[in-house]
Amino acid sequence: MIPASFDYSAPSTLKEALNLLKDIGDEAKILAGGHSLIPMMKLRFAEPEHLIDISNVPGLSYVNFEGDHLKIGAMAREVDLEDSKEVGEKFPIFHDVAKLIADPQVRNFGTIGGNLAHGDAANDQPAVMIALDAQVEITGLDGVRTVGIDDFFYGFYATAVQEDEILTGINIPVPTGRFGNAYHKSERKVGDYATGGVAVHVELDAEGTCTKAGIGLTNVNPTPLRASRSEEALVGAKLDDTTIESAAQYASEDCNPSSDLRGSEDYKRRIIKVLTKRMIHKALERAQ
Amino acid sequence: MEKEITLKINGEEYTRKVEPRTLLIHFIRENASLTGSHIGCDTSSCGACTILIDGKSAKSCTILAIQAQGKEITTVEGLATTEGVHPIQEGFKENHGLHCGFCTPGMMLRAVELLEKNPDPTEEEIRWGISGNLCRCTGYNNIVKAIKYAGAKIRGAELPSTEPVFVE
Repeated sequence: MIPASFDYSAPSTLKEALNLLKDIGDEAKILAGGHSLIPMMKLRFAEPEHLIDISNVPGLSYVNFEGDHLKIGAMAREVDLEDSKEVGEKFPIFHDVAKLIADPQVRNFGTIGGNLAHGDAANDQPAVMIALDAQVEITGLDGVRTVGIDDFFYGFYATAVQEDEILTGINIPVPTGRFGNAYHKSERKVGDYATGGVAVHVELDAEGTCTKAGIGLTNVNPTPLRASRSEEALVGAKLDDTTIESAAQYASEDCNPSSDLRGSEDYKRRIIKVLTKRMIHKALERAQ
Repeated sequence: MEKEITLKINGEEYTRKVEPRTLLIHFIRENASLTGSHIGCDTSSCGACTILIDGKSAKSCTILAIQAQGKEITTVEGLATTEGVHPIQEGFKENHGLHCGFCTPGMMLRAVELLEKNPDPTEEEIRWGISGNLCRCTGYNNIVKAIKYAGAKIRGAELPSTEPVFVE
């Protein structure tokens, strides 16, 4: 399968890319790794008239700890998180998720920014970013604005990134105290989208009381979903079996999965319940 | 609409005019006439089209030729040198790592990067490492053995036995 015809530019500065976006309008699409976009173009689900490849724009491939944030550039590849020891120590959740995103070849080229900007609730990074309370940096000709992850996903394939803007970076706060995080998804085979996936991040005080919790769910809602009631159940509590059980129960009740080839609605709710429980336990273990 | 691109495949430079929508696998097979890289699923699932771009394994059915502008590509045709076959090729030969051979070029290129990053992988690491490459003949056991063998060869370690493994 070959995509429909399109024109192609590979600007060498961000400004040039933004000007192109402005000139061409909504028929232009940003190309990063292309591992979501090109398959869609081959299937004619997407037929942009112009691709603007940002891989020649310098300074977008960073993965850095800077101050109290982990900063990820828009062109950082999935493999960059997977290969970073430092990231794995603070955020083992990124090593969990990396192993489950498609396969090694795809992770060599697919970007973390693209995984978010694609706006697909079946992608894995959105749930992780929800759990970690990420901030997304969006650049337009007028400058940079920052959007909290809760205001980022608008709807099916729609995000806060406007037609004349580019997602340029992701900032993740690094907690100072005790914390742990974990992600797992149930998939039918390697490379499949999640039947259901759960990302958990917890922060604890010295007594082991949960001071902050983030729980994100993959592919069980039209948009990536924050399990707010589950988070509330954890915060302020000691994370014993009863608390964890009720948080998991809330997640299974609050998600909105649809029955499809991957399973029935009921099955997916059960998957979410089990995974939420397991991921809270795993995050807790890692917080010790 | 056509644009001129230049890229290197196995050390040789190719300058061609292509439509932006030309996929890299088509460029390699049709413009450069290197047909060792295969098209299996055409949906980035099977890995038969795996090649190296600047040393990184990639599925060339999901990359535009124009994205590889200025890059160095390695295909299966570029593995052997005048010195002889690549350790991974020897591994596949010695361990019967192929039956029909359709997945083999992609499987070997993927293994080259895997061993580049970690020349002494465990069986689990190998199996995760080739999780993006499908083989419908071998059942994978001999491929895993072939990659272990190639790793040992690259490290200069003692070569593992090539005796067949019978799975109960």
